[in-house]
Amino acid sequence: MDRPTVIDTVKGEPKERQRFVFKQLLKRKNVVDLLGLLIPVVAFSFAPHFYSNEILLISMMIYIALAQGVNVIYGLTGYLPFGYVGFYGVGAYGTSLAILDLHVAPEIAIVIGGLVSAILALVLTPLLKLSGSYFAIATLATAEALYALIANPSLKNITQGPYGINIGAVYSSGGSYVVAVVLLGLSILTVVVIKRSRLGLALRAIRNDPVSASLSGVNVVLERTKAWVVAAAIAGLAGGVFAWTITIFYPSAVFDISISVFAIVFALFGGVGTTFGPIVGAVVLYGLYSYIGVTQPQYFQLIFGVIIVIFVLFLPKGVAGIANALIRRFRMRTIREEA
Amino acid sequence: MLFEYAIVAGVLFGLFYSFLSIGLNLVFGVQRIVNLAHGDVIMIGGFASWELYYTYHLSPLISVLVVIPPAVLAGYVIYRLVAGPLSRAKDPEMLSLILFFGISQILEAIVTIVLGNNQRSLPSGAVISRPVQFLGQNYPGVWWIVAATSVPMIGLILLYLYKTKLGTATRAIMSDAVEAAAVGIDVRKVSAITFGVGLGITASVGAVAPFMLGGVDPSEGVNLTILAFAVIVIGSLGNIAGTVVGGVIFGLALELTQLYIPSWSSLIPYALLLLVLIVKPSGVLGRRLRSA
Repeated sequence: MDRPTVIDTVKGEPKERQRFVFKQLLKRKNVVDLLGLLIPVVAFSFAPHFYSNEILLISMMIYIALAQGVNVIYGLTGYLPFGYVGFYGVGAYGTSLAILDLHVAPEIAIVIGGLVSAILALVLTPLLKLSGSYFAIATLATAEALYALIANPSLKNITQGPYGINIGAVYSSGGSYVVAVVLLGLSILTVVVIKRSRLGLALRAIRNDPVSASLSGVNVVLERTKAWVVAAAIAGLAGGVFAWTITIFYPSAVFDISISVFAIVFALFGGVGTTFGPIVGAVVLYGLYSYIGVTQPQYFQLIFGVIIVIFVLFLPKGVAGIANALIRRFRMRTIREEA
Repeated sequence: MLFEYAIVAGVLFGLFYSFLSIGLNLVFGVQRIVNLAHGDVIMIGGFASWELYYTYHLSPLISVLVVIPPAVLAGYVIYRLVAGPLSRAKDPEMLSLILFFGISQILEAIVTIVLGNNQRSLPSGAVISRPVQFLGQNYPGVWWIVAATSVPMIGLILLYLYKTKLGTATRAIMSDAVEAAAVGIDVRKVSAITFGVGLGITASVGAVAPFMLGGVDPSEGVNLTILAFAVIVIGSLGNIAGTVVGGVIFGLALELTQLYIPSWSSLIPYALLLLVLIVKPSGVLGRRLRSA
């Protein structure tokens, strides 16, 4: 928000100038958010005409959604959900079991999967009392516990235990592609809406200083819980989309910790707290993963690790941080030239 | 009879788990860094021990000491490299988690590239081949040897913390880094050394871990890190003596569930961890605050 004051000092008539700049700023923000939503949705809608590997495209959209979910909980509250995959797995299972046991349409089943994850997040709100690393590790333990629970041979009659899920009867490649695009749009829209709403404002305030925020009348626990539940619902929907796309999977496939880590690193790589960042991160890094990660996983792992170290140590704001710095430099130059 | 067997096995494994987790606690206590590469350091210690045994016919019990100096050095260097940029970050604690995850990925990838993605095991005959009889039951001798190794190694850490000047400085930083700096302690240097000692003891447990875990493979790191974290949380973070209590409680819980409800025993580490975090976040022995 320092841009208006910078320009103020450059040119006179402070009030009018300020109002003008402020308007421009709002406009630019609108455009950015709109493009952030439209470009990916349109691009992925038409992508199958140019690229035939639909599973890869759907996976990429799922990772964008997950990275946006991480963006909501980590980017806006500072809570690092290492066990985020738990909600994804529960969503996948909620969806599959709704199809198998309730015989509902896959689209509705996916919504049920999202709801189940959101309810699970509500049950797990005591974890939000934990700070920093404790929260991160506690969510990791929760995800592992959910996996041990769902894959347990003793629950074979309910979850099929370690033998996995088969919903091949409802397979539909076109249908799952459409819901994946909807999921993609929904996840981006959620981030845009939250960032602009009172909730986003409250979360930023809490992130900067929880004590002052609560003294100013922000209900810290409630606002954090909202973000937590929204993020969980996104992961649950993503898991449901995955289930309908793959139709046959083992519990280890949807409770794989590397799913959490991918989502976190994608968001971090692109830049948390921004709309575009997680999209860029997921497209670039998941693209890289599908290019070398499948045939040479250890080399991808090495590159992945090096990227993490470099970004954490030197570029904690991600690609978005670099882009913003470049834009700012460019603007300063044009302003100086105008003056 | 089975009950007694589970109790004895639980204590033996418990001592091993304490040895396995103490380095993580040391590192966390000093700089609030959760070393997510903890399990990978154990893994590397295991491979080092395997190489030393098969190439130089060195007993893993000697490797326990041999692997310490290089690990201490590596820890010191790594800490010196990352501490600066990390401390300038907005949210160092969270970023350190991700950072050490990245380091763990790099370690795992390098080991896989160099040694291949196979499990390797050490024959228990490398230290002792016959079973040990105790209270009328037979136990694998190697369990007793590893438990008996764990005790002096944990003792060494306690000796370092309570009987050396560096240890006193380390404990000062553990209770308050700012105050420690105020009385003239070189916080950076002592933290780097402590990080090194933490990695050293962790690599050291790796040398005998293949006996207790059935082998060593490049991807075992993450699960060992969670296990160690569960142990130190149960025993209370930052409390080194608590790690022993945490390890034994953990070992007993695991052995008893394996005996009575085997299909649920895989839940135990996570369930115990969550239970302690939610019910008594300060750990069984601790008084330290950890909630937001």
